[in-house]
Amino acid sequence: MNEQGDEKGIVLTEAQKRARRSRSIAIAVSLVALVVLFYVMTLVKGPMVLVRPI
Amino acid sequence: MSLISEGAEFNGTIAEPSLATVGDYLALLKPRVMSLVVFTALVGLAVAPGSIHPVTAFTALLCITVGAGASGALNMWFDADIDQLMTRTARRPIPGGRVQPGEALAFGLTLSAFSVVVLGLLVNILSAALLAFTIFFYVVVYTMWLKRSTPQNIVIGGAAGAFPPMIGWAAVTGSMSFEPILLFLIIFFWTPPHFWALAIYRMDDFRRAGVPMLPVVKGEATTRLQILLYTLLLVPLGIAPYALGYAGLLYAAVSVVTGLGMLILAVQVYRERLPSDQACRHLFAFSILYLFLLFAVLMVDRGWGGLMARLAA
Repeated sequence: MNEQGDEKGIVLTEAQKRARRSRSIAIAVSLVALVVLFYVMTLVKGPMVLVRPI
Repeated sequence: MSLISEGAEFNGTIAEPSLATVGDYLALLKPRVMSLVVFTALVGLAVAPGSIHPVTAFTALLCITVGAGASGALNMWFDADIDQLMTRTARRPIPGGRVQPGEALAFGLTLSAFSVVVLGLLVNILSAALLAFTIFFYVVVYTMWLKRSTPQNIVIGGAAGAFPPMIGWAAVTGSMSFEPILLFLIIFFWTPPHFWALAIYRMDDFRRAGVPMLPVVKGEATTRLQILLYTLLLVPLGIAPYALGYAGLLYAAVSVVTGLGMLILAVQVYRERLPSDQACRHLFAFSILYLFLLFAVLMVDRGWGGLMARLAA
């Protein structure tokens, strides 16, 4: 009985699931934006992307 | 078995799964403070000599924005205990119970690291170093050390809010000169009259939270005198870009007229006595307009033409 309870663990409520989903989408969008930013900056700078003057 | 099903232990109890929304995390970034940072950084970027590609300029502004937001999140993480005691801050995500302190800390540290590294990789090392120092200064020097230990907290800590134009300038030029330092000084000397005006009419809040703001420690009369003295230093500094030949007649006219407005309001604050705090509220509101106008006109007068030419090139 106890083991069965442990197996079940914490069950998320609908509100918690919605909040988690919205956070996951925001993280995904941020990561895609970061990839696009690096891609565009590489196109813009060309070989100079490796040169970082102080 | 996942962490969720095992249940995360927190203070001896099972921590509830987070209900924090994306909006709560955005609130951790202090969007209103961030908007001023973005604006002053944009001015630093626009008035700087030399050329910058629009995408690089956008990247620099984005990193400065995220870095400023990250330091806001770290500030809210550290100050959660006093935020819950003040009416102005009690509804922030951590004292409101919507975001756990550890979540805010992880969020702030992650964004700090990303903003500095991306700025260093895609723009230049000097601007990244300045951004890293600004975050360090705001979080460690101001939030962790000065804020709770001295009534001069916002005078020295105000430097953190004054760095963005220097970062913007460094993003374009990769170097430093007197002009961005002058912009730094304007914001540095603007902060005390701006914040102490708020501190006077929010004095009970700061007293309840045990924050040694100047009006709480030295009294209201001393604070009003200090506001006047700092305004007397601020107004000539505001006119200095014209006097030193960095800006034209439009800037001169605006800085003199709005500077006189600041002086008149500071004198009213000096003469006013509690329970009246109208002059403090007026000075607080006008000081925001004052700084916005100075920087906006400087950008139009000095930098806008150059920025447009660079973007078109």
